Amino acid sequence: MELKQESLAGTLESSDLFIRISPSDEPLEVVINSEVGHQFGDQIRAAVVETLEMLKVTKGIVIVEDKGALDCTIRARVHAAAMRAAGVTEVDWEALS
Amino acid sequence: MDSQHQSNAGTERAAELAPFGGRNANIPYPCGPEANPDRKIVDSVEEAVRRVGLKDGMTVSFHHAFREGDKTINMVVGVLARMGFKDLTLAASSLLSANAPLIEHIKNGVIRRIYTSGMRGKLGDAISNGLMDTPVTFHSHGGRPALIERGELQIDVAFLGVSACDPFGNANGVSGRSWCGALGYAMVDAQFARNVVMLTEEVVPYPNAPASIRQDQVDWIVQVDEVGDPAKISVGAARATTNPRELLIARLSAEVMEHAGYFEDGFSMQTGTGGSATATTRFLEDRMRSKGIAAAWALGGQTGSMVDLHKKGLIGTLLDTQSFDAVAARSLAESPRHSEISAHVYANPLAKGAVVDRLDMVILSALEIDLDFNVNVLTGSDGVVRGAIGGHADTAARAKLAIVVAPLLRTRIPTVVEKVTTRVTPGETIGVLVTDHGIAVNPRRPDVADRLKAAGLPVVPIEDLHRRAIAISGQPQPLRFLDRVVGHVRYRDGTLIDTVRQVAP
Amino acid sequence: MTLRRSMLFVPGSSAAMLSTAFIFKPDSVMFDLEDAVSLREKDAARLLVYRTLKMPLYDGIERVVRINPLSSPFGHDDLQAAVRGGADVIRLPKTNTADEVHELEAAVAEVERDCGREVGSTRLMAAIESASGVVNATSIATASPRIVGIALAGFDYVMDMQTTRGDGTELFYARCAVLHAARAAEIDAFDVVFPDLNDEEGFMKEVELIKRLGFNGKSLINPRQIELLHNAYAPTQEDVDYARRVVAAAEQAEADGLGVISLNGKMVDAPVVENAKRVLNRAAASGLRK
Repeated sequence: MELKQESLAGTLESSDLFIRISPSDEPLEVVINSEVGHQFGDQIRAAVVETLEMLKVTKGIVIVEDKGALDCTIRARVHAAAMRAAGVTEVDWEALS
Repeated sequence: MDSQHQSNAGTERAAELAPFGGRNANIPYPCGPEANPDRKIVDSVEEAVRRVGLKDGMTVSFHHAFREGDKTINMVVGVLARMGFKDLTLAASSLLSANAPLIEHIKNGVIRRIYTSGMRGKLGDAISNGLMDTPVTFHSHGGRPALIERGELQIDVAFLGVSACDPFGNANGVSGRSWCGALGYAMVDAQFARNVVMLTEEVVPYPNAPASIRQDQVDWIVQVDEVGDPAKISVGAARATTNPRELLIARLSAEVMEHAGYFEDGFSMQTGTGGSATATTRFLEDRMRSKGIAAAWALGGQTGSMVDLHKKGLIGTLLDTQSFDAVAARSLAESPRHSEISAHVYANPLAKGAVVDRLDMVILSALEIDLDFNVNVLTGSDGVVRGAIGGHADTAARAKLAIVVAPLLRTRIPTVVEKVTTRVTPGETIGVLVTDHGIAVNPRRPDVADRLKAAGLPVVPIEDLHRRAIAISGQPQPLRFLDRVVGHVRYRDGTLIDTVRQVAP
Repeated sequence: MTLRRSMLFVPGSSAAMLSTAFIFKPDSVMFDLEDAVSLREKDAARLLVYRTLKMPLYDGIERVVRINPLSSPFGHDDLQAAVRGGADVIRLPKTNTADEVHELEAAVAEVERDCGREVGSTRLMAAIESASGVVNATSIATASPRIVGIALAGFDYVMDMQTTRGDGTELFYARCAVLHAARAAEIDAFDVVFPDLNDEEGFMKEVELIKRLGFNGKSLINPRQIELLHNAYAPTQEDVDYARRVVAAAEQAEADGLGVISLNGKMVDAPVVENAKRVLNRAAASGLRK
């Protein structure tokens, strides 16, 4: 999936996260700020990176402001933001499951 | 019998007694026409400090009845800093986010040691990051007077902020402009400190009654612009809730109270602070009515919801160490059966009788509770100090049943953990855990488990709750600490129950 | 027996509610991709609901997904998320005719085949929100063997009828029509959402009414209403005591080889025995009224 525009997804509400994805020519850069980072920083990063890998996003800048979201929320928000940034509207359900 | 008494008793020769020398010859303060009825009132905090003879290295104390609205602690320590004092021990009954300005005074060497029930905000952050050379002593509300009585904590000067007192220092929390309600912590310091400096917003005509802090305890009085903002008392720990999750937990905990075996006419309770804990009170009303019973008394930390039951005749007497809202303060002023008690009377394990010794049930909150039912109310999910022991360990130790209420998860952070980060209240004193995912009963209380199961309540092993939490959140990474100890957690009997270590950068 | 007293609406766009609403233990939860989700968030909500369905959060709770109408640009994508996610039931909004159910049934079967889910395992529910839907309720209720229930949705319906929500008079015919259609088709019937979150008394009044009419339950938007609703639907101790006596009398009659059941000198009809068994089942499932 090739990122074409900056996009946003999510909210700053508790148990959610806010994500900003921007296109870039550099390898993927992922910045994560989380209020539960002391206990879940590695898991949050893994959820973000795995979702981007599944979508074959290899270049871009990803900034996540996490408010204690569960893994399912993180994956959904990253997925939505990436699709928006790539201008893709059809979910690749086969890749998901 | 002490030696002085013996020698007096043995004195039979008149020549050995001092002869009468006039009514003012042998007492510290003159009486009669030359007496100054306003002799205790001085112009400034500085003047009071000079008169009590404060020296470097001494111990100063404060109460926290105004909680986040306190204006006394920061102001007085600021004055002491300007006067050039160093190496003081700060003994506040508790500290809150509002006390962040203390960080500067710690850095500058004005404050060298701290005794407190807890701390929050930037101060807690700084302490957990190694601000002080000497570990902070964290004590419970009952443990503090015990440390004083044992002589470890000797208060040289207590600075006690009140809304109003008379020219002799009779003070209460229900006169003047800024009512804080009960002065249960200030009463301890007034009782035990070598010197008491009262800071008051106004001086009212003598006598100011009832006197929570009495004239015989007060050395000096300073009038100041403000001692605290009562509107900010209920900020933070004590608050009312409309959150459906907290209400769900509250309803469950009311059911636990109903069926655990102590819900009989004349029972006693404390509901503590925190949204679920205070909301539990609301759900008790219907249950008390349908069973046709009333509580003889309730202890606390009083709140508007307790006062409501009191007014309806469902709680006979309210015993109050600190009033968490304006309704409670108003009730303290108006209801003859709403009585103020000092923290010493409330919970001191060395007192000849503490109220907690007679308590049936207590509702308590938790930041963490582990598989052995140990509770942490002091350090957060990042290992940083952001809470207070309060009366947690005291009430749990003595109540017939201690009920901890907490959501299973706070966002992604599990409350039920394998081992608490900081052990504040030992598991042996906790009876029941109520969460939004079910109820766990301490295996030490099979009697309670049987009764709750018989009532159809969702009782599960605490291990199940833990597994459920991890299934939702994922397995948390262990927190990283340095070896350096930044806090000593003292159990109510003065023993060391745990330490708080500096968080890794 | 599957109790469907409470169906809690959870906006599909709210991560916070999706990751916590299961604690309230409704009989069914309805993840909403339709009216509660703005046009700009349809894509993200679909993914959130899909991911939530994949988590073991809602074990023991029936998981319903309200999709957008299949005629909208979102309906078919919503269906992919719901069926692939493993939803128990798809709720079709604004159902006017049986043909719409047929169309949904075919679309669901196609997704089931594509994702390897057992064909027929996804149940359906139709929401009736218009005059024509009410008139066609019977054919909608019987349109597919997958249908487990029909729900009346009050807001759109009263608009269509050119009236407003009031004391319930405005819903009288629709409630009766939907309920009869459901009973004739032997499926469940759900009543409307009660809109005023703070009017507990009004809510309980409405619950008493729809319970007496015979509805299985109600759609809810406030978790606080679940406990109230469940309690109102729970049998009383007297109900249970009487039901026990009826069942005991029936068993005695059978043991004695008598064709006629009598209790306290009065004859008891077979439907009364059936009802008594339902009361006991319900008591076992939900406890007694408090």
